Amino acid sequence: MSERDLKGYWKKNLKYLGILLSIWFIVSYGFGILLAPALNEIQVGGFKLGFWFAQQGSIYTFVVLIFVYVYLMNKLDQQFNVRED
Amino acid sequence: MIMDVQLWTYILVGLTFAIYIGVAIWAKAASTSDFYIAGAHVSPLTNGMATAADWMSAASFLSMAGLISFMGYDGAVYLMGWTGGYVLLALLLAPYLRKFGKFTIPDFIGDRYYSNFARTIAVICAVIVSFTYVAGQMRGVGLVFSKFLEVNIDIGVLIGMGIVFFYAVLGGMKGITYTQVAQYCVLIFAFMVPAFFISFQLTGNPIPQLGFGSTLADGSGQFLLEKLDELHTELGFAAYTSGTKSMQDVFFITAALMIGTAGLPHVIVRFFTVPKVRDARISVGYALIFIAILYTTAPAIAAFAKYNLMETVNEEAYTEMPEWFGTWEETALLTWVDKDENGIITYAPGAAIEGLPEIQRNEAGEIIRGNHGEVKVNNSVTSGPNELYVDRDIMVLANPEIANLPAWVAGLVAAGGLAAALSTAAGLLLVISTAVSHDLIKKQIKTDISDKSELMWARISAAGAVLVAGYFGINPPGFVAEVVAIAFGLAAASFFPAIILGIFYKKMNLQGAIAGMIAGLLFTLAYVVFFKIAFPEYNTPEYWWFGISPEGIGTLGMLLNLTVSFAVGMIFPEPPEEVQNMVEEIRYPQ
Repeated sequence: MSERDLKGYWKKNLKYLGILLSIWFIVSYGFGILLAPALNEIQVGGFKLGFWFAQQGSIYTFVVLIFVYVYLMNKLDQQFNVRED
Repeated sequence: MIMDVQLWTYILVGLTFAIYIGVAIWAKAASTSDFYIAGAHVSPLTNGMATAADWMSAASFLSMAGLISFMGYDGAVYLMGWTGGYVLLALLLAPYLRKFGKFTIPDFIGDRYYSNFARTIAVICAVIVSFTYVAGQMRGVGLVFSKFLEVNIDIGVLIGMGIVFFYAVLGGMKGITYTQVAQYCVLIFAFMVPAFFISFQLTGNPIPQLGFGSTLADGSGQFLLEKLDELHTELGFAAYTSGTKSMQDVFFITAALMIGTAGLPHVIVRFFTVPKVRDARISVGYALIFIAILYTTAPAIAAFAKYNLMETVNEEAYTEMPEWFGTWEETALLTWVDKDENGIITYAPGAAIEGLPEIQRNEAGEIIRGNHGEVKVNNSVTSGPNELYVDRDIMVLANPEIANLPAWVAGLVAAGGLAAALSTAAGLLLVISTAVSHDLIKKQIKTDISDKSELMWARISAAGAVLVAGYFGINPPGFVAEVVAIAFGLAAASFFPAIILGIFYKKMNLQGAIAGMIAGLLFTLAYVVFFKIAFPEYNTPEYWWFGISPEGIGTLGMLLNLTVSFAVGMIFPEPPEEVQNMVEEIRYPQ
C-alpha cells in the first residue's frame, strides 16, 4: 500500500471526472438547452442543430463519455498498480 | 384482422412467459448472496442488458414516444434526463459502490454514516421510492392485457403478479438478472421492428435515427422535421422543434431526472452484481448503449407518428378514415366530436372534450354511433375548435396498424410492453424485499440470524412486496401518474447527495448527511404534494418557485440537501478513523 502513490491516483481520477463532466454538462445543458435556440439557426441535414443535440446528439455523447472514462481509468489502474486481478 | 392480432398476441405473450419461467427455474437462488446480488458473478455485458431492461419501464416503452409526439422539442427532458444519469452513475457511483461490496444502498448509507438510524432513513426512502414506481408497472401490465387480449384489467394485474412472484421469490437477483436479459431482447425487438418499417415507409431510410433527419419519400423532397414544423404552425400549434416549456423549467426537469436516475436504488444495486470494479465501470457503458438504442429511436417514432396522424386526420372527412381509426375509437384512446357537424375532422390546439373519453352505450352494451358512424362519447365538448382527442399511448400501440404492418408485429408490441413492465417491477420488488430482510431484520432486529433463515425472510418479504404492489395495481391511488414525479425527485433529493458526499468527501459526518437527507426529502415532498395533490389549481408557472415545476423541484431539493449537509456537518465532529479509512479504501480498485 505504502509503495503506491494513491494520492496521485485519486488526483488524476478527479481531474478526469472534471473534464468529462464538463463535456457532459456543455453538450446536454449547453448545446441541448441553453444554447439550443441559437444552434437551431444552423441546419445539419434535416435537423436543426439545437434540436438534434437535445433529442439525439447528447445521448450519443453520453455513451462515448462513459467509454472514454473506462479507457482512461483502466490505463490509470495499471499505471498506479491498483488494478484488480 | 382483429382475431389475427389477438391470436398472435396470445402466442407471443405465452411464449415469452414460458421463457421467463424456464429461466427462473434454471437460476434458483441458493444463498443470500445469490438472492441479493446474484453472487456477484454476472458478466458486465449481461449486467448491462439486465440494467437496460430493469431501467426501461412500461412508461419508456409504451408512453414515452407518444409523450414526445405531443411535446416536440420539450420531450428532450425525458430523452436527456433518463440517459444522462448514466454518466453520473459510471463516473461517480458504480465503481465505488462495487468496491464497497455489500448488498444494498441502505447498507452503504448505514456503514458509511456509522449508524442504524441513517440505515433506517435510507430503508424508508428506498421503500417509498420503489413502491411509488412499482404501482405504475403493475397497472401497465394490466393495461396491456386489457387492450390486447380483452382480459379484465384486474385479472391482467393478477397474471403479472403471478409471473413476477414466481421468478422474483424463487430466484431473487439471480433469477431477475437472467429473465431481464430475455426481457430486454423481447422489448427491444418489439420496439425496433415497427420503427424500421415506418421509417422506411416515410423516408425511404430504414434506420429511424437517420430517417428522422431525412426527406420525405412522398416526392416532395421536403425534410420530415421541416414539414412537421409547417403542419404544426399551420394548425396553430407551436413548431415541433421549438416546444412550449420555459428554458429554466426544461433545465431543472432534465437535471432532476438525471440525478434521480443516478439515485434510484434498483438501478444502483445492479452494479453490485458484477465481479470487479472495472466490470462495474464498463457495465454502465453497456447498459447505456442498450438503453440508447431505444432512446434514440423513440424521438424518431414520435415524429413519424405525429406526421402520420396530422396527415391522415386533419380536414379530412370522417368517412375517409382508415380502419385503425375506428378500432382505436372503440377502445376510447381516440375520439372525434363533430362540433361543427360538417363531417370533417378538425385538429387544433387545446382539448376537444372535458376529461377522458367515456363511450356511450345502449342498454344492451352496444356502442352508440353518431351521424357519420363515429363512436359517441358522454363527455361534454370544449368551446375550442379542436375536435380530436388522441391518447398519447396510441402512438406506440397503434403504430403497427397505422403503418399497415402484419398482425404478428402488433402481438410483438404487446409482448414487449409486458416485458418492459415486468422487468422493472421485479427489480423494484427486490429492492423492497432486501431492504426489509437485510437492512431491517439481519442488520437491526435479529443480527444472529443464519444465512438460510435470512434467505427465507428475503423470500417472504419479496412475496409480501408482490402482494402490496398488486394491491396498488388493482386499486391505484388516484394520483399514480402524479407520484412518479415524486420518485425521481425524492431519489435526487435524498440518496444521491448522501452517496456522493460519502464517497468524495471523507469528512462528511452522520449528522450532516442525515440532516441533508431529511431536509431534501421533506422539501421535495412538500412542494410536490402542495402542487400535485393539495392545490392542483395553483399548479401553473406563475405560482412555481423560480418557474420550476414539481417535476423539476428535485434539483432544488438536491441543492438544499448539499447545503444543509455541509452546514450541519461543520458543527459536529469528524467521522471516526475507521470510517475515513473505509472511504479511502473504496476509492481504489485494489
